Amino acid sequence: MQYTLTTPVTREQLAPLRAGDTVLLSGTVYTARDAAHKRMMELLDAGEPLPFPVEGSAIYYVGPTPERPGQIIGSAGPTTSGRMDAYSPRLLDLGQAIMIGKGARNQAVKDAVVRNGAVYLAALGGAGALMAASVKELEVICWEDLGCEAVRRLEVQDFPLTVILDAHGGDLYQSGPAAYLGSL
Amino acid sequence: MRTITASAITDTVARLCVQANLKLPEDVSAALARSRREEPWPLAKETLDLLWDNMELAGQRQLPICQDTGMACVFVELGQDVHIEGDFEQAIHEGVRLGYGEGYLRKSIVGDPLRRVNTEDNTPAAITLRLVPGDGFHITVAPKGFGSENMSRLAMLKPADGVEGVKRFVVETVRLAGPNPCPPIILGIGIGGSFDKVAGLAKHALLRPIDQPNPDPFYAALEQDLLKEINALGIGPQGFGGRTTCLGLSIETAPTHVAGLPVAVNVSCHVTRRASAQL
Repeated sequence: MQYTLTTPVTREQLAPLRAGDTVLLSGTVYTARDAAHKRMMELLDAGEPLPFPVEGSAIYYVGPTPERPGQIIGSAGPTTSGRMDAYSPRLLDLGQAIMIGKGARNQAVKDAVVRNGAVYLAALGGAGALMAASVKELEVICWEDLGCEAVRRLEVQDFPLTVILDAHGGDLYQSGPAAYLGSL
Repeated sequence: MRTITASAITDTVARLCVQANLKLPEDVSAALARSRREEPWPLAKETLDLLWDNMELAGQRQLPICQDTGMACVFVELGQDVHIEGDFEQAIHEGVRLGYGEGYLRKSIVGDPLRRVNTEDNTPAAITLRLVPGDGFHITVAPKGFGSENMSRLAMLKPADGVEGVKRFVVETVRLAGPNPCPPIILGIGIGGSFDKVAGLAKHALLRPIDQPNPDPFYAALEQDLLKEINALGIGPQGFGGRTTCLGLSIETAPTHVAGLPVAVNVSCHVTRRASAQL
């Protein structure tokens, strides 16, 4: 099943999604990797606001290559999401609705996804040129000193994603291989 | 004695850094093409088609195939009759600095593993030098992404573990890696040597085109066995399920100690990059 969504999203909009469905996502997506997540935790610890509105937001784990003159963004595929496992539950509990990356998540993240009616979506790992084609606008919004890890606001159109973890406990990394092996 | 200048090395490294990141080696793209034709599982086939589209788009738009343009792993086979005019290692680092700058490649290196400040120019390169007879100079730049590098493993097995132990360890490494290293993967496997040597063997094995089997029929057969076993795991492209988990693998071996059986698995992805030149 394919869904079309525009950020910010609500819990109700995400409820029909199931592991293995595809999503064409449009709207604002914020980028953050390990270093930016660590700084966001420090802000929260200090009682400061986050650099973007977290309610209903989508965070993409990406560190793009520099854009050539005339390009909006360089190559922009996902990084391994597991490195954000330590930080994601706290952001999900604050209202983050969509995580975008690639690779397995731990049980704490899976629990937080279910608890908050969120989703974890996969972008195509290693397909940086393809993912970049959906990005229509880019602005570095903070922590420029982090280079490729700075927080960027992306405006995306029909960003092609696959549901890995859904709000009902589904996990494509378990069910996908099992379905294939079951077909043999 | 033949003389090669540092500036010739720098220019070559810069060019190879860009070339490697924009265009896949023939053997890797051929394996990807074949897997698209042979993959029986629909979702897996669609995923492989998208990876193929990405490769083509990267060529058209002059974008890196993957945004992790890697740590610049540079391998040099240096003829012992060659004289290098200038600083050999600095020449390579300078080539990386130029190539990653002018090629709009990502700077992914921190100067210290714990204090973690980005060097801003992707230096230093990871240089492996092998001295060989003659006056040749063969250089390969193999940018290595860390999504897959992080899934690599090394074990000091017991001689009694034998070939079955090695197979178990390799297959377990792939199973544990699951979707993380961006399957379909490519593996470099080292067997033998010492603790440090075996990791080098595994990394070096990734330089051999995956359509070239190990010249020793015993290890060529082991490569085939392992490939078959890995592609029966069902992980599939991107970990979404399917047959195509591994595009190919290479084994390199070295003599080892009577008491040991070191094995190392260097995990690489469908964007396994290498570009070579002779000077």
